Amino acid sequence: MSIATGKAGTSELYMGNEAIARGALEAGVGFAAAYPGTPSSEVIATLAEVAKEGEIYAEWSVNEKVAMEVAAAASFAGVRAIVAMKQNGINVASDFLMNLNLTGTRAGLVLAACDDPSALSSTNEQDSRPFAKWADLPLLEPGTFQEAKDMTRWAFEISEEIRNACMLRTVTRVSHARGDVELGELIPPSKEARFTATSPVDFTPYPVPFKHHQMIAKLEKARELFESSPFNRYVGPERPELLVVTSGACWLYSLEAVKALRAGDRVGILKLGTTWPLPEKFVQKHLARTERVLVVEEVAPFLEGNLKELVGGHLADAGQLTFYGKRSGHIPDSGELNPDLVAKALGSVLDLEVEGVSPEYVQKAQQLTGSHTHMRAIGFCAGCPHRASFWSIKNALKLDGRGGFVTGDIGCYTMALGPTGYFQVKTVQAMGSGVGLACGFGNLARTGFEQPVVSVCGDSTFFHAAIPALLNGIYNHSNFTLMILDNSATAMTGFQPHPGIGKTATGETTPAVDIEALCRAMGVRVEVTDPFDLEGTTEKLLELLRDDGGVRVLISKRTCGLVRARQGEPDYRVHIDPEKCRGDACGCARLCTRVFQCPGLIWDAETDRAKIDEVICSGCGVCADVCPAGAIINEAI
Amino acid sequence: MTEKDPLNVVVTGVGGQGNVLISQLIGKALVKKGYHVTIGETYGASQRGGAVMSHIRISRQEQYGPLIPEGQADVILGLEPVETMRVLAQFGHPGVIVIANSRPVYTMAVTTGAAEYPGTEEVARLLGELSSAAWVIDATDIALEMGASILTNIIMVGALVGSQALPLGPEELEAALRDSMPSDKLEMNLTAARRGLEEARTRAAVPS
Repeated sequence: MSIATGKAGTSELYMGNEAIARGALEAGVGFAAAYPGTPSSEVIATLAEVAKEGEIYAEWSVNEKVAMEVAAAASFAGVRAIVAMKQNGINVASDFLMNLNLTGTRAGLVLAACDDPSALSSTNEQDSRPFAKWADLPLLEPGTFQEAKDMTRWAFEISEEIRNACMLRTVTRVSHARGDVELGELIPPSKEARFTATSPVDFTPYPVPFKHHQMIAKLEKARELFESSPFNRYVGPERPELLVVTSGACWLYSLEAVKALRAGDRVGILKLGTTWPLPEKFVQKHLARTERVLVVEEVAPFLEGNLKELVGGHLADAGQLTFYGKRSGHIPDSGELNPDLVAKALGSVLDLEVEGVSPEYVQKAQQLTGSHTHMRAIGFCAGCPHRASFWSIKNALKLDGRGGFVTGDIGCYTMALGPTGYFQVKTVQAMGSGVGLACGFGNLARTGFEQPVVSVCGDSTFFHAAIPALLNGIYNHSNFTLMILDNSATAMTGFQPHPGIGKTATGETTPAVDIEALCRAMGVRVEVTDPFDLEGTTEKLLELLRDDGGVRVLISKRTCGLVRARQGEPDYRVHIDPEKCRGDACGCARLCTRVFQCPGLIWDAETDRAKIDEVICSGCGVCADVCPAGAIINEAI
Repeated sequence: MTEKDPLNVVVTGVGGQGNVLISQLIGKALVKKGYHVTIGETYGASQRGGAVMSHIRISRQEQYGPLIPEGQADVILGLEPVETMRVLAQFGHPGVIVIANSRPVYTMAVTTGAAEYPGTEEVARLLGELSSAAWVIDATDIALEMGASILTNIIMVGALVGSQALPLGPEELEAALRDSMPSDKLEMNLTAARRGLEEARTRAAVPS
């Protein structure tokens, strides 16, 4: 069942991102683009699934800036368009965005920005909301799944009304949570796409001061629209002792916290759906009815700062007003919120305590379970080609012996920071940054630098942002080895296709870009290896490390273990020969389980032997080459 | 029996065990019955072999947030014993009902020999002591017996319905499976769900 089949008036369980996609369909969206990134990926993935039946266009773009550009083109031609990205993606798209805002738009253009407080699946927990303020674009924050759908539909209308892009910001707990949503009617997209410029500078930021002035006027128009928005709501007493001002996911946490403290007669909640520009009159009306304000929000003190700015601009009308929030320390300065943290903040302002579980139970639970619940660290899956690649990287760097190290990048292989990648990755920043850093390290010879540098990046990351850095290295005579961990998937975000796969977002066949040929065309030495061939990969890498001078590329090519598992039978049935495995008497110090660390290979304390967990083992057979006693047997299936 | 509102359910396990499928099955079936359902779950990096949780909040009255407050889980469905304990310690209370799979997925600390995994009887005893009723189901063993370990989660969701901890009957679970499973996999999944139901019905809960 797809998001296009649900009938108007019925309720369905939708993920927040599905609700956004449905809202776009109910607005007659005709064009959708994104580069995948958790927690945003399902917005466009869901639209791609229904693209054919809905007669819309959907694509996985090569990166977020291009995604924003292709979507803007659709808007310029009169077609409603949506573009989605995670918080880091906004940075990539921002160069275009900071010119698009001056240029303006024609048909509705919605930018869905999905943030990840606590960085559950990210390298940072950046707040995208200040971008809306910076770019002078209207900002909406849905608090429920219903709002995610309805506000998306509304965002297209706002965009058309003011002729600029509209930003819709969610967080993981909206985008990647699920809830019931009552559906509306679907509208087919416009079929009259045509680009018509009424003046030579119509679709440019020129003349800049004039367009800047116009952009601010557009934002003022949005503010007027926001004053009467049903997405801004107040619940509570006429004159609350404390006013909670909140938005997005924090709204439901706040409602629950007030209920848990039984403080509904003392506390009012002002929930804002339109957080930039603030609906000033509406907000001031509520601020005037209280003397204390608690701002409940995640990541940056964005609302808090804007409220204080508003109050500061009307000091003559402002009475006694005390603010509590991130600045006062009542709300944590980092990490995501939850009902418990909001209740704690409310409790400390109101001098109330939440009634929790009995301390006896908590103590007993800790006592009984504490010794068993040690951390379960994340790591590479059974059958993952990255584990094999990093095994060879570790060995090659050791054999080379010059203190070589790995600059990392964004993808599953970032987990090589940890034990299942043997702690090999030493740097992680943005998409493609591992290659950029390698370019720099590789040009430090004049200042005494002698260590070999290996940069790793995945196939999707290579297309996204690593190509310019690789070119930079070649052009500037840098000295490093780029190892492309080509697992033929954007694995971390859900196996989306990319330019190297030969399939588009909607499943159509397209020519696959050959990474090897592309690198050769840039004029570098290129080798290809199968990571499951541990010996061959180690040898090739070692040889490239020793081939000092210039940039070398090693493509480590093997499909993602999860994709292979979906495609069919495993290669081998793996078992342990109990005669050959001598357990702790071997002298290998449990190389297989203690060092190689595949979840499919466990240690049986009773028999003092390694053991295959047949539920988890994917049958890749790599561990057979790790065992010095030859006790791990690969039986061909 | 009057229904608790909201009813808070945690489904827990290790990335890849099928948490998301379970929460979706339950959630869709309950929305069909007119409940407000909110589900918060784990995606992306944290799914790769890490501890995962789905929080399911079921209410006749309103939409709740996607995170259950500490100590307020009414039902815990555990696909993995140690993960079940972890969730109990944070979200449990004396009245909680627990349905747990008996099959461990070793943490790296256990695999590398740095820690020991508790035995099956010890697991059952702990779960019993910290709940008002606990079922320990050999779901993975049953799934392997049926020829596919992947059925573990469906056996467990069957056991959850069998425990009568949810306002959801066997026919409604079967209807949800019919709605969501591809036709060539349906029969196998229905059989798995029925096996789970039987397990919870016929086996007594661990004494608490």
